[in-house]
Amino acid sequence: MTAMNSVISKSGPVQQKIHGQADRPLLVVDALSKLYAPGKGFSEVSFDLYPGEVLGIVGESGSGKSTLLQALSGRLKPDAGSVLYRGTVKGDQGDQMNDLYGMPESERRRLLRTEWGVVHQHPMDGLRPRVSAGGNIGERLMAKGLSHYGSIREQALRWLSDVEIDQGRVDDMPTTFSGGMQQRLQIARNLVTHPQLIFMDEPTGGLDVSVQARLLDLLRRLVNELNLSVIIVTHDLAVARLLADRLMVMKQSRVVESGLTDQVLDDPQHPYTQLLVSSVLQN
Amino acid sequence: METMLRASEVSKRFVLHNQGGVELPVLTQASFSVNQGECLVLNGRSGSGKSTLLRALYGNYLVDSGRIEVQADGYWLDIASATPRAILQLRRNTIGWVSQFLRAIPRVSALDVVMQPLLDVGGDAKQAKRKAQQLLERLNVPSHLWALAPATFSGGEQQRVNIARGFVLDYPVLLLDEPTASLDSTNASAVVELIDQAKQRGAAVVGIFHDSQVREQVADRLYDLSTQDATVQG
Repeated sequence: MTAMNSVISKSGPVQQKIHGQADRPLLVVDALSKLYAPGKGFSEVSFDLYPGEVLGIVGESGSGKSTLLQALSGRLKPDAGSVLYRGTVKGDQGDQMNDLYGMPESERRRLLRTEWGVVHQHPMDGLRPRVSAGGNIGERLMAKGLSHYGSIREQALRWLSDVEIDQGRVDDMPTTFSGGMQQRLQIARNLVTHPQLIFMDEPTGGLDVSVQARLLDLLRRLVNELNLSVIIVTHDLAVARLLADRLMVMKQSRVVESGLTDQVLDDPQHPYTQLLVSSVLQN
Repeated sequence: METMLRASEVSKRFVLHNQGGVELPVLTQASFSVNQGECLVLNGRSGSGKSTLLRALYGNYLVDSGRIEVQADGYWLDIASATPRAILQLRRNTIGWVSQFLRAIPRVSALDVVMQPLLDVGGDAKQAKRKAQQLLERLNVPSHLWALAPATFSGGEQQRVNIARGFVLDYPVLLLDEPTASLDSTNASAVVELIDQAKQRGAAVVGIFHDSQVREQVADRLYDLSTQDATVQG
C-alpha cells in the first residue's frame, strides 16, 4: 500500500481536463429560489448546463420540478438567485452570459420564440388549434424573420416527415391528430428554428406506452443529431435513463441528489432516491 | 509498460436507508494498478465486491474514499471525484465497458448499436459500418439479424451484439463484466481472441470471469478481493 502511494505522489496532483470545444456552459443557474409556501416551489437550485447536454429533473408531483422548469425557461420570475444564458441576446455575439431576469421581457419572449423551445406535456398547450399543422411549424420561422412562403412550406413539410407525420396532413388542423401525432407536431414546431436549448415537461406523460417508445426514440435521435441542450422534467425513471446525461432528484422543493444518470439510478445515495428507484417494478 | 489505471485505497459501503439504515461494507481499501497490454482479473467468492469494484472503475458506482485514477490523453483523472461531464468524456474516448446485458433501445438496429461508439467520437460512417460488420461476423451474429432491433434477439445474440459494441472502438482501458458468461465455446474463444488483440494493441484490461478456463487464458494477474492481493498468473 505504501509503495502504491509513493507511485501516486510522484506523478503530482491529479489534473482534470475536459476536451472538445464545447467547454463553456450555455446556462449557469445559481441559488435559484421561488417558494409559494414552505416546501412548495423550489429552493437554492444551482447547476451548469453545457452545449449538447441533457439534464433530467426527476421527483414526484408537487416536488417543484415543473415550477423550476418555468423559471429556468424565463416564464416565471424567481424570488432569488440567477439564471445566466450564453446566447445571441441583442447586441452581443453570443459570447457573454446574460442574466435572464435582468433583460427586458420582450427579449425573454424572443428567446422563447427562436433560440429556445418548450415542449409541454399537453401538446395543445404548445400548439395553435385553429392553425394548420404546416402553419404551426411555419409560425416559428416567421417569428425568426422568414417571409418566403414557399421556403417556409418546404421546411414545414420536411419537419413533418422528420417527426414521422405523413406530409399529406400538412393542411389539417392539429385538433384532428392523435395525441402522439400532436406531441410530435409540437416537437417539430419547436425544432424548426434550430434552437440551442429545449425545455420539456413530461413530454411522454399523456401518451400510451406504445406511442411513448416511438416518441422517446425520436427525441433521442433528434437530440443527438442536432446536438441540443435539453432540460427535461419527468417522473418516469426509464425516460430519464434513456435521454438524460445527468439527473437532479427533487423532493419538497429541494434538490436532494444529483449526478451521472446511471450512477444516480444504480447507486442512489439519498433515502428518497433509494425509495424512488426501488419502487419501480422490474421487468 | 505504462500504467493506465490505478485504484488506491478504495472503500465503499452501501447504506440502505429504507431498510433500517443497514450498512453493508463491500470494499475496504482496495488498491491495484493496471498497465498497458495487461489483463487484471478480479477474483473472489460471490459477494466479495468484484462487480461493485468494476462498476466503480466506470463511475457507475460512487465510492466513499480512495482514488480511481485513469490516464486519458496524457492526463490523470480521478474518477472517484470527477464531474459527470468528465466521466462521460472518459467513457466516450478512454474506457470501454462490456457486460452480458444489453440495454436495447427500441427501433435501433443491431448494426447501429454496434457502430454508435465510433460515430460518437466522430468516426467515418462507412468505416464504422465495416468494422461493426466484421465484429458481428466474428461473433457469429447471423447477418440477417443486423438490420433488426436486438430487443427480440435471444439472450446470447444480444450479449454478442453488446460485446461487438464494446470492442468496436480501440479503448485504452477495457472493463469486462463476465463477457463470456453463457456463451458456447466457439463464441467464448472468439471473445478471448478479441481480448488478446486488445492487449496486443496496448489496452489495459480489467475483468471478471467466472469460467476458470477463460480466466486462465486471458489473465496476466489476479486481484483477490477476499485477501486483496495481486498475484502474477502462471
